Amino acid sequence: MSSYPFEIIPSLRRDTLRRLISEGKRPDDRQLISMRDLTIRVGVVKTADGSALVNLGNTKVIAGIKFELGKPFEDTPNEGNLIVNLETPPLAAPTFEPGPPDENAIEIARIIDRALRHSNYIPLKDLVIIPGKSVYSMWVDIYVLNHDGNLIDSSMLAAVSAIANAQVPRAIIDGDNVKLDKTSKIPLNINPQNMPLTVTYYKIDKYLIVDPTLEEEVMSDGRFTVASDGENIVALQKGEGYFTPEEIDSMMNNTLNIVKDLKVKVLEMVKTPVGSLMF
Amino acid sequence: MAKQSPIPLLTDGKRVDGRLPEEHRPVTMQVGVLPNANGSALVGYGNTIVLAAVYGPREPIPRYITVPDKAVVRVRYHMAPFSTDDRKNPAPTRREIEISKVVKEALETVVFLEQYPKSTIDVFLEVLQADGSTRVTSITAASLALADAGIPMKDLVVGVSVGKVNDTVIVDLNKLEDNYGDGDLPIAIAYRKNWVLLMQLDGVWKPSEVKRGLELAFKAAENIYRNMREALKGRYMAVVQQ
Repeated sequence: MSSYPFEIIPSLRRDTLRRLISEGKRPDDRQLISMRDLTIRVGVVKTADGSALVNLGNTKVIAGIKFELGKPFEDTPNEGNLIVNLETPPLAAPTFEPGPPDENAIEIARIIDRALRHSNYIPLKDLVIIPGKSVYSMWVDIYVLNHDGNLIDSSMLAAVSAIANAQVPRAIIDGDNVKLDKTSKIPLNINPQNMPLTVTYYKIDKYLIVDPTLEEEVMSDGRFTVASDGENIVALQKGEGYFTPEEIDSMMNNTLNIVKDLKVKVLEMVKTPVGSLMF
Repeated sequence: MAKQSPIPLLTDGKRVDGRLPEEHRPVTMQVGVLPNANGSALVGYGNTIVLAAVYGPREPIPRYITVPDKAVVRVRYHMAPFSTDDRKNPAPTRREIEISKVVKEALETVVFLEQYPKSTIDVFLEVLQADGSTRVTSITAASLALADAGIPMKDLVVGVSVGKVNDTVIVDLNKLEDNYGDGDLPIAIAYRKNWVLLMQLDGVWKPSEVKRGLELAFKAAENIYRNMREALKGRYMAVVQQ
């Protein structure tokens, strides 16, 4: 049950996939709860204040950070603004159409927004220029470049990696005037131990798998996302289908372990910026 | 979430409106309130009031959204401009689009879609008065309206919100608890099936707290589920007598 229903899989193929999964196997020789190969390159876009390209199997997502001058929200005068946006441009899949973000894109962006906000990964308090008056607005723009399943987890990986790579342009205060000096930047002081990641489970018959290919995703009956910093749960989102309380419990516990391991890998991969865009 | 509440949310185990942590507000239900709709319901969780209308199964407009072997459920969750303290701009927000989507995904799981190929079932949800827990109130209302429209379903769907205040897990958040609490966990349940159909989480929770939240939600759902059945029975009896 995909959000983009016009992806068609022959029923013979579906039967084969179902049988494989019931035997604990997958077409690409993975286990039910294992991810595809992951590579992350940071610093791939020179015009961005931070960027990352994530390859998760054949799914490719790029994220770029931009800082702008902004006004704080009334209820958070001492915090910078965080805005997460996700686009699914038509170059990324035959089923994507041009236009503003649809409900699928909005949903993913909002899950990532909640996970980032509650994990305390981004030091939003450091993004204040003049309390109550002037703050940084931090834009996290996520672009899907090739959709082969699991956009939620790959977009989350792209977001946290681009943020890890972010450099904040210096603010120059001149009386009431504030300007950003794009030529002088300081690294954003993230809290790496709080990095949130998502693990999205898809249900096929009664089996739960993670990191589906597009084919597996389209034929799945249910979707459930758990976001965690490895310690706490910082967001949940149930998509299609149904889940029992027992399944939810096991997904939460599984996620804590997956996130702990995955975080170590991600932190290693975001260490060295590559400086150019390469697939 | 770190915002300071103007009044303490929990004093001596009692909440701002005097409720105990796991106490639900009074739930009111009225089924079949809109003559034009195929099914409708007005549901109140305390001061939160949601009106639901179901149109369909009917021919889809636009046609291209048709699926050959089953019905398509469409949901529009919307807040009336006068439903909040400050006027809410009536244009759909990203929040409303997301909620519409998760509510749709909750409902389409229980409807026997294959009985209505090539048609749509449209569910319209208007929040008329908001005092927290609007999306779960909407789900309960939607489920009643679907039943009122005579659309076959695997189970009724009950919405219950759970939240967290000073590490205490509470049921059925009001506006203050929603705005100033430490987290919120809306849940929708197909009670007899033991299925969770909607679950979102905001804030920082330990897995054990989420587990407790689910347990409390099921407990609260049992009561609401019974009320829903009664409300529907009342509606059907009235039709029979007519």
